Amino acid sequence: MTLGRHLRASYQGAGTWVARHAQVALASLGRLVRSPLSTLMTVCVIGIALAFPAGLYLVVHHIQQFGSGFSGAPSVSVFLRSEVDAEQRSQLAAELRQAVEVDGVQVLSPEQALQEFRQFSGFGGAFDALEENPLPGVLIVETAASLAAPSRVEAFAEQLRSRAEVELVQVDLQWVRRFHAIMDIAVRAVAVIGVLLGLAVLLIVGNTVRLEIESRHAEIEVSKLVGATDSFVRRPFLYGGFWYGLFGGLIAWVLVTLSLWALAGPVQRLAGLYDSNLAFGTGPLILLKLTLTGALVGWGGSWLAVGRHLDRIEPR
Amino acid sequence: MRRSSSQRCSSADRSTASLSAVIEFEHASKRYPGGREGLIDVSFRIAAGEMAFLTGHSGAGKSTLLRLIALLERCSRGQVRVNGRNLARLPRRLVAAHRREVGMIFQDHRLLHDRTVFDNVALPLVVAGLRHKEVQRRVRAALDKVGLLKKDKALPITLSGGEQQRVGIARAVVSRPPVVLADEPTGNLDPELSLEIMRLFEQFNQVGVTLLIATHDISLISTLRHRVLTLDHTRLAADTGERQRV
Ligand SMILES: Nc1ncnc2c1ncn2[C@@H]1O[C@H](COP(=O)(O)OP(=O)(O)OP(=O)(O)O)[C@@H](O)[C@H]1O
Ligand SMILES: [Mg+2]
Repeated sequence: MTLGRHLRASYQGAGTWVARHAQVALASLGRLVRSPLSTLMTVCVIGIALAFPAGLYLVVHHIQQFGSGFSGAPSVSVFLRSEVDAEQRSQLAAELRQAVEVDGVQVLSPEQALQEFRQFSGFGGAFDALEENPLPGVLIVETAASLAAPSRVEAFAEQLRSRAEVELVQVDLQWVRRFHAIMDIAVRAVAVIGVLLGLAVLLIVGNTVRLEIESRHAEIEVSKLVGATDSFVRRPFLYGGFWYGLFGGLIAWVLVTLSLWALAGPVQRLAGLYDSNLAFGTGPLILLKLTLTGALVGWGGSWLAVGRHLDRIEPR
Repeated sequence: MRRSSSQRCSSADRSTASLSAVIEFEHASKRYPGGREGLIDVSFRIAAGEMAFLTGHSGAGKSTLLRLIALLERCSRGQVRVNGRNLARLPRRLVAAHRREVGMIFQDHRLLHDRTVFDNVALPLVVAGLRHKEVQRRVRAALDKVGLLKKDKALPITLSGGEQQRVGIARAVVSRPPVVLADEPTGNLDPELSLEIMRLFEQFNQVGVTLLIATHDISLISTLRHRVLTLDHTRLAADTGERQRV
């Protein structure tokens, strides 16, 4: 056989393979369409089961991004020793401005610090009794966004603490840490819910396919009697599961999109409070991911169901 | 592809098998789960191109014997070989290919009642992955042979018992298997039609198909001069040996 002929033969072989699969896929789709009500119900249950973790994931994901936007650059208050004078202060400030970790430095002289303290603490009167200003100079350091992780901010603070001019460094990281810890839990929880509901979809598809196998028992058995391979018997059910999952994913996308749309108003208001914009969206990429996930899980579910029942149907 | 895999399988066993024997039983026994004996210590050979009858009382083991050949059952002791292939050792992935080489006509028809006559007969071809055009052509030819070309769109329920039997026959021969097994193919037919069906089997036989036909119909067997294997209480009681071909 010449190479050309060989290639042509295998090309035609692939062609019939594709044609056969396309035919089975279409036939499976036709079977679903012919019983629209039960199909719709199955697809909706799958859709809801997929929409729940997908929606939660999107919310958590967006909050996480939103969070990193403002928590990424906490400001660090650097209290200087009382003997540090104005010149040293501005020198240190200038030096810090050069550092990569730093976005900006605001310098407060002891007088300005006192001013601020009076204004905000409400203890203004108490200070009038004192003869000397007890407050040191302060540098308010805005850290760069690249320092988003709490551990890196902490390391930077440690570096500042080791300097001779510095008395005390205060980073209000507590809430940042809490935020990140809560988000970690949320992400984990979404993953767990996702796995559980993924299993649910697997079982839903498995059960639907099982009922279908039950009702086509005679057909399967006779097909095997006349020489159908296991894969031939399995194929229409696999495509059935595939379509269930695919349409389930589509429904899930619609549900998630509607839910996020319902949340949009309050979310915008919250974001406004933080001078940030938090836009929830479900673009075509998410649609693609959801339908693919659905199709894959549907395929897997029917694989499991058919595998379990093929042996039982083997003619005895 | 199917051919090459079966050839590979058969060549491995060929040394122990007689070359011309298509069906070979060697002390084959079948015990059903639950302990009932279906067949006890049966040995015989059927050569390529032979046509033989299998007879015996009800419960003698005729269906069991045919089911062993089509690999719908595996024998519990001894050996069954088809085309030199030891069926006991045939791996599961090759079972489907084996069944395609053996056309079987079932005692209880085994037709799909929600499919048309055409679709029923087409099933072995669809299962084998033939192209649509080829399926059309061969199904028409097979239906024509059994005289049911005009009923191709009918559902099996609407057919008489004899017509259903003939749909089963068309389905068994549509893929032109080298071996055809028939379990009571004339059970529902009047004597005239029975003889007609037997003549049809003889036609298949003349183009080289090996046939084994289980039947109660002693008078029909005696009008045709073919080999007869007789089962009695699941044992082989008599074998006339290969007869002269007509
Ligand atoms: N699936 C089965 N499970 C258990 N025993 C079986 C099974 N099939 C057949 N047998 C037993 O095996 C023996 C042979 O049965 P078989 O069906 O082969 O007889 P037969 O010659 O085809 O009878 P008939 O002419 O009535 O069709 C009988 O005793 C029967 O009870
Ligand atoms: Mg029988």
